[in-house]
Amino acid sequence: MMWKWLHPYANPEVSYHFAGKILPWCARFAFAFLTIGITWALLFAPADYQQGDTFRIFYLHVPAAMLSMGIYLGMAIAALSSLVWQLKLADASAAAMAPIGATFTFIALLTGAAWGKPMWGTWWIWDARLTSELILLFLYLGVMALHNAFEDKTLAGKAAGILALVGVINLPIIKYSVEWWNTLHQGATVSKLGQPSMTADMFWPFLVCFIGFAFLVTTLICLRFRTEILNRNSMRPWVRELVTTEEQTHAV
Amino acid sequence: MTQLSYRAAFALIVKRDLMIAFRHRDDIINPLLFFVIVVTLFPLGVGPESTILSRIAPGIIWVAALLATLLSLDRLFKSDHRDGSLEQMLLSPHPVFILVLAKIFAHWLLTGLPLILIAPLLAVLLHLNESSYGALMLTLLLGTPVLSLLGAIGVALTVGIKKGGVLLSLLVLPLYIPVLIFATSAIDTAAMNLPYSGQLAIIAAIFFASLTLAPFAVSAALKVSTN
Repeated sequence: MMWKWLHPYANPEVSYHFAGKILPWCARFAFAFLTIGITWALLFAPADYQQGDTFRIFYLHVPAAMLSMGIYLGMAIAALSSLVWQLKLADASAAAMAPIGATFTFIALLTGAAWGKPMWGTWWIWDARLTSELILLFLYLGVMALHNAFEDKTLAGKAAGILALVGVINLPIIKYSVEWWNTLHQGATVSKLGQPSMTADMFWPFLVCFIGFAFLVTTLICLRFRTEILNRNSMRPWVRELVTTEEQTHAV
Repeated sequence: MTQLSYRAAFALIVKRDLMIAFRHRDDIINPLLFFVIVVTLFPLGVGPESTILSRIAPGIIWVAALLATLLSLDRLFKSDHRDGSLEQMLLSPHPVFILVLAKIFAHWLLTGLPLILIAPLLAVLLHLNESSYGALMLTLLLGTPVLSLLGAIGVALTVGIKKGGVLLSLLVLPLYIPVLIFATSAIDTAAMNLPYSGQLAIIAAIFFASLTLAPFAVSAALKVSTN
């Protein structure tokens, strides 16, 4: 049943237009949520009683860190569906996600360093979580490098997908490293089931920020996904038609 | 046509790979020499004080082992890919899983095992704490097969690429990190005369997980690479 519903999206042209349709909406939502969320978080949310205003970097750091892992998971799922069901477009979406994920991992590391300096008195500490986030960045870079090394993009997608699946083993290590090594990094604040260990007036701006960043990621993925589709199908008639009509509208 | 049993096919490939390796002995000896030389460089770099050396010995030995394995990985599939025998193996009626496992086992016999045998000697050079020798040997025994198994995935992915060497290290080294962490932690714990069975159990878990899963990844990657 679901297959019947999903099947048309295996066609690159349909997917291209679908991504184009949801793209402006995601962009608008991202803009709205991020504007509200960041203003709320930076100006109106209460400061932490211990960490003061430094704590506000949390509203950027945690969404970036969560999304960096989420994107990797998404990439691995796309890679798996490409391997199992031979969906070529899943490859394209995995390729679209890798650089975005790498960027968010880098942002998480950078903001983490900026937060660590006033709190722990050092930019970098060889703590388990930081280290595994760094490994995640290496994994992203490996996937991207492998993808670039192949001439044939279909092969590149498959090879990078296998690597992404192998690397997904790293995700649970990140998740459980806090409990395993139990070092400097504070335990999870947000995702504790039951009661989050932060007050509601701190949690809501965080949630808005997180949703905003998630929409931003979706927007970027849609953009790159469309480019990826065009790249892979540049010889197809529908792409040529698209380009010629585009040129005509620009000429007028 | 006689049907070859799985065990016979496994043994045949191991035997073939060992025979090829013994005809090119440099391939076995060079990574080993590299291992020894890298380890010797560290005392020259950080100074000869035995307290510092014994403190960093586990890390040095393990990092050198990672790099030496990395250097030797190329041999795993490259020449077979070049002369076409890899494609013949993939076309054979036997499951690729068995063939891949046999090749990895042969690789471990030729690199992992010599590393384990020579490691105590280097540990003496680095003044490793006496109570740590058991841990060093056990972690190497459980850890080096993991290095061969995970490395095989990287080689299988890059075997079709012209300049795969640097790329290979980028792909494989991050995957080696958990083994490195737990192995050195076990050796450090042993130096303090504390039980290190926990770390050993985790390395064993990683070993069995990669033993069961890595050959699948390798065969999928080989199918992509030989396309």
